[in-house]
Order: sequence, then C-alpha cells, then structure tokens
Amino acid sequence: MKCDLCQTEKATVFFSQVADGKLQKVNLCKKCADEKGVTDPTGYALADMLEGMGEQSQTEVATLDTEEHSCPSCGFTQSDFKKTGRFGCADCYHIFDEGLDGLLEAMHKHTQHVGKTPASFPDLPDLPDLPDLQGLQDIQDNSESDSTPAPAEATEHSPLNKLSELKKALFTSVEDEDYEEAARLRDAISQLESQIGDS
Amino acid sequence: MRFSTLLKNPAEWMRTPGPESDIVITSRVRLARNLTGHPFPGWARKEDRLTVMEEIRHPLESIAEMKDSFSEEMTKLSAIQKQVLVERHLISREHAAKGIGCGTVMNRKQTISVMINEEDHLRMQAIRPGLQLLAAYRSLDQIDSNLEADLPYAFDHQYGYLTACPTNLGTGMRSSAMLHLPGLVLSEQINQTIQGANKIGLAVRGLYGEGTEALANLFQISNQNTLGTDEQEIIEHLNRVITQLIENEKNARMKILEDRPTMMQDQIGRAYAVLKHAHIITSKEALNYLSMIRLGCDLRFVPEEERETINILLTEIQPAHLQISAKRNLTPEERDILRADIIRTSLNRLTPPDFSTILNDREIEDDE
Repeated sequence: MKCDLCQTEKATVFFSQVADGKLQKVNLCKKCADEKGVTDPTGYALADMLEGMGEQSQTEVATLDTEEHSCPSCGFTQSDFKKTGRFGCADCYHIFDEGLDGLLEAMHKHTQHVGKTPASFPDLPDLPDLPDLQGLQDIQDNSESDSTPAPAEATEHSPLNKLSELKKALFTSVEDEDYEEAARLRDAISQLESQIGDS
Repeated sequence: MRFSTLLKNPAEWMRTPGPESDIVITSRVRLARNLTGHPFPGWARKEDRLTVMEEIRHPLESIAEMKDSFSEEMTKLSAIQKQVLVERHLISREHAAKGIGCGTVMNRKQTISVMINEEDHLRMQAIRPGLQLLAAYRSLDQIDSNLEADLPYAFDHQYGYLTACPTNLGTGMRSSAMLHLPGLVLSEQINQTIQGANKIGLAVRGLYGEGTEALANLFQISNQNTLGTDEQEIIEHLNRVITQLIENEKNARMKILEDRPTMMQDQIGRAYAVLKHAHIITSKEALNYLSMIRLGCDLRFVPEEERETINILLTEIQPAHLQISAKRNLTPEERDILRADIIRTSLNRLTPPDFSTILNDREIEDDE
C-alpha cells in the first residue's frame, strides 16, 4: 500500500479517527507521518490533515480555523493548545483527552493522580462491576464504536472511565445540538455519579 | 494592611533563622488551583477574570491566617510596587505584568501570599526560613482546605487538580528551596550537581525562577513532576536530595579550606574590601560579593549574627527596593551609586573578617 500523502513511499503508519460521525482512515509512510506530527503526543486532528491534504498551506490554515474541534465550554481548540501549551478551561481536559495520557506519561511518568482530594469529591471505591443500568450499557457501546479504539486497559470498564466516556459523549451531543441525546446522557451521568457517591 | 506597612517590615523569613539556614535560605511551597465554570486566566475575558477575583477574594480574606492582610488589585499597584513584591518573592515576574482582574493577597508576616489570576485562578505560596518544606506545606494545606469549602475547585479523579498547564496537574504543588552553594561553585562541581538533580526529576534554577541567572551563588531546587506522587512523598524526596546537597556543599567548603585556604581568604577579604569601599556597584557585583561575606559568616570568619544584615541587604539593594527608599525613579547609574551608599553604611558596623581560625582551630563541623 502506498502512502496517501506522497504516493511514493510504502505506507507503514495507519491512522483512523472519527470526525463528524464518519470514520476516516489514512495510510502514511514514516516520513509523512513524522512531518504531519501523527506521532506527536500532544494530539493530532486527522480531519484537519485530510482537509488540508494536497492543498496549499494557506487554505490549510483557513480550514483549521473554521472546522476545528473546539471546547463547548470555552471555545478553546487543539491548535490553541499547540500554540500555548495550556488549556482554556477545566472542561478542555475531557474534550481534548485523546493523546493526553501519552503527554502526561512523558511529563510526569504517571497518568493517575494520588494525593490530596477535595472533601467534596468522595474517594472512588474500587467497583469491579456496577449493577447493570438499563440504557447505560447502550450508551457505553455507542460511545465505544464512535471513538477511536483506545488500547485495552484493565481500567477500561471502571466506573470512572464510564463516567468520563459519558461526559465526553455529552459534550459531543451538545455540540451537535442533539438535545434529546444530551438529556439522556445527562440523566445517565447523574445516575452513575450518585451510584459512585453512595457506595 | 497598606503597602507602606508591608514595606516597613522585612519578611519574617529574612529575620528569623530556620533549620540549616547557613545553606538553605528559604523553603517555599506553592499550590495551583482553579474554579470550575470559568476559563483559565490566560484564556478568560476581562469580565471572567473580574468575576473570579471577586469570588476568591472574600473567602480568602476571611480566613483567620489572612486576617488584616495586604490585598490589592494589580491595577492599583505601581510598576515599582509590583517589582518590590517580585524582589521579595511574594509574586512572580509574570504576575507583575498582569493588569485588570488580577490580584494579590498576603498576610502580615509575608509567610503566605496568594496570586489571583496568574496562570491559574489561584496560586498560593507559603515561605519559611531554612529547610522547612513540610511545615510550609502544612500551613498552606490548611488554607487550601479552608478555601475548598467555599470555592468550587476544578478537580478530576484521574488528573487531580486541573491546571492551565498540564505540567502542574495532579497535586498542583511545586515545592522548592533556595540554596546558597558557593562551595560547589568555587570547586566547579555545580554543573554536575545541576545535571544530577535534573536526572532525578528536579529542576535547578536561578534566583528569580525559570530562565533567570544564578546570582549570588543562589540556586532554587524544585520538583518537576506533580502527577502520580502525593504531596508528602514529593516533599520527602526533595528533602532527601537537599540534605545530600547540604552535605556536598559542606564537604566542598572544607576541601577548599584544606587545599586552598589562601584562595578562600582572598575571596572573602576581597568581597569585604570592595563592598566597604565601592561608590558605584551593580546589582550583580554586589550580590556576588555579599554571597562571599555570607560564606564568611558560615565559616565563622565573620560573626554569625551578621547573617541577618546580609540577608536584608540581599533584598534591599535590588532595583525596586532602592527606588522605593529614594522615593523616586532612578536611572541605572543612580541606582548603582545609591546601592553602594547603602552597602557602605551597612558594612560600617560589620566586624572585618578574622581569618586566625584558619591556622589554629577549625571549628567547622564535618563528617570526617
């Protein structure tokens, strides 16, 4: 298979991402992947690259500005992060959490907080399995097929992860102005949160 | 409390010695916190910053520890007043450049200072003389716990306290100590030491933090990682390293005294001579010579009580402090003259270094 970008070298990097509800796949050679920063741990938006592909760099920048994924709470974008190295608000951590673990691993050698926790955030108990919530399972399945498959981890099905998946899905649905779905997700989140808090 | 009151009193850490205060000047701990529902200061509009500042100021000022504090918006402070706070390590250089919607609150003793809307909504700092990192943390932790009852902190179970920059995630804590290391500098071991510290996840910086020059043989050492290790452990690790550095510094001083005692006498004696007789002196030159006098105190060539004089001078001769004492703006040339005047007056009362102990009785403690 040839590289989608240069059309000469053999493709060795295969990248897929969901943008606007569609799965997009790109096959790149090592050189093009490095140039486009696919391996950059600070994150990378495939959609931007696809849209800019084969065009002049000027139009590429223009597309970035108009089409880029932004934080629904504060309007911050991925390229703002690349420019400043800082996020726009606390919610950005959930919106742009793809690739974040790699970045944190490089910075801190860890990705999980230990230490002081505000009293208003009860410690999460280790729940091996939550009682099955009708509807919740569906959402979980949906959100999984909708997002880039993450490397399987032991913690993948922890209530915490489920919660963050749900929150992510909520932001997406608000952004898409799908308020019915948003309401459903909101209820599922509060149900899960009270479950976690209670036990 | 008014700015003039703040100025009149040297910070508590300058006057009271702490543990290991011959080598460790100060211990500092800072915590970064943000509120939910508001953009971080760097991304916020003016109105957002003003709202956050108002939301934070009241609960902060009503904490017992912060009673009768100095509390001001950055827009109400002159450039020189801001610079004074930087020179006292009460605010960062970045915060001094801030304007609308940014504020500073500190207690009377200047042991706790809080920057509102610096890089994060809240940057709180505790400062203590000598090596007292844990004590500094505990005092700050208490203030933090008081605040969290009133303020909705941005927190996440995975990432910890959410901060504008991911390098501060987790505990949001940076603990640091200011070390005086002339022995390691004179024996040319300092670069090795800095590299060694970097390898174990610690940063070593100059007098005023990131990107500043190491003046007066002063170095700030601090933890880099904030995520995945709890507060106590971060501090204990830093403490162990500092204890080792103190040992290395003492050994380096002893080694110089043994191998090259005349060089040591020359450095200290020369510093005394210049400071006592100079009429024009730059900040850099003065700081470096004061460092040598301080070393003289540690080695008992100069009476130990003089260390306080040196500590106060280290701050008083800096540009903004000079201009406050002159009550007007000064050109750099005028500052160099005033600085020399202040130092001469101060050293007039200082006993000249006495090196007789070098030949007879060595009282300096050492492992060997």
